[in-house]
Amino acid sequence: MSEPAQQTQRPYRPEISRLWWLRRRSYVFFVLRELSSIFVAWSVVFLLLLVRALAQGEAQFRAFLDWAAGPWVVALDVLTLAFLVLHAVTWFNLTPAATVVKLRGRRVPPRAIAGGAYAAWVAVTALVVVLVVTR
Amino acid sequence: MADTITLEVARYRPDRETEPTVEAFEVPLRRDWAVLDGLNHVKDNLDGSLSYRWSCRMGICGSCGMTVNGEPRLTCATFLVDYAPGPVRVEPLANFPVIRDLVVDIGDFMRKLPEVSPWIVRGEGTSVEEGEYLQTPEQLADYSQFSMCINCMLCYSACPVYGLDPEFVGPAAIALAQRYNLDSRDEGADVRMDLLIHPEGIWGCTFVGECTRACPKGVDPAGAIQRYKLTAALQSLKSFVLPRGPR
Repeated sequence: MSEPAQQTQRPYRPEISRLWWLRRRSYVFFVLRELSSIFVAWSVVFLLLLVRALAQGEAQFRAFLDWAAGPWVVALDVLTLAFLVLHAVTWFNLTPAATVVKLRGRRVPPRAIAGGAYAAWVAVTALVVVLVVTR
Repeated sequence: MADTITLEVARYRPDRETEPTVEAFEVPLRRDWAVLDGLNHVKDNLDGSLSYRWSCRMGICGSCGMTVNGEPRLTCATFLVDYAPGPVRVEPLANFPVIRDLVVDIGDFMRKLPEVSPWIVRGEGTSVEEGEYLQTPEQLADYSQFSMCINCMLCYSACPVYGLDPEFVGPAAIALAQRYNLDSRDEGADVRMDLLIHPEGIWGCTFVGECTRACPKGVDPAGAIQRYKLTAALQSLKSFVLPRGPR
């Protein structure tokens, strides 16, 4: 007697294309947000370089400012600013998902939590502007 | 409205093909027909060999999840008229190995789910004579949203992190862990935290948010994972500041 036919067990595993993240707007934003961490790191390095130049005296600080005014550095910093804004906005939009605040037994609406984060952002930015303008 | 609509159905018969192909079927276009009704029409009248899973037809059993025109959907709750004049492409859920036609292997999830102890964990249970574990409506509201999960796998199909790294515990399992963490009767949060506080657990999630958009029951797995991350971060901070303190 012949053996019963064996069911072929050969699951198909689809390959993921390298450009999978272009398929959907949310995937593109996700990849850009991940990429933004590099620019966040660069902004920290830039600030540290600035502080170091400041500590080394006026001549060094002027040299740093000249270097920072170069077209490549300005272009990089503009790009960095764009990514920092993306990073900040997506982070603030995330806060209501991560934070559940209850007041008198009722959950504070997500919009209020995100709104609070944005308000704090505007307040700190305004403070920095005032410090820079009125120094 | 046309009388028929074309279903472009992914076929994979491992005994015949090395990779999926697409087969087109004309099915009646009726206002009350879901994609699943179209598939049942194919199976009953056109090609009895078409394989797919389904059961309840009312969005509860979670077995008829498929990719409809590129989106993970419950086919019993996705209506053909919304895709008229068609065609409607029906493929298996993404991110899972395909066993046959529209049937995927969800064994990976079935292995991961019990690891997060998705049940009420009690240190020392009370006896039956002591009565039930009581709960107020407010305490119920804390977790009821996360208890709506029907394990349909649409969130895994929508999650690019799971697609790229199948070791990731994934949205539904973490949301279910959180469902029990937030249950006032449960005492298993520490056990689950030890299991999920690693790069393949909660920290694997990069908050793409597609799981929440795909969920047909409004569970919001992405929100559950972000809340879990905040709890984990606070707990780590606490154990750093107070290394000898209680957990």
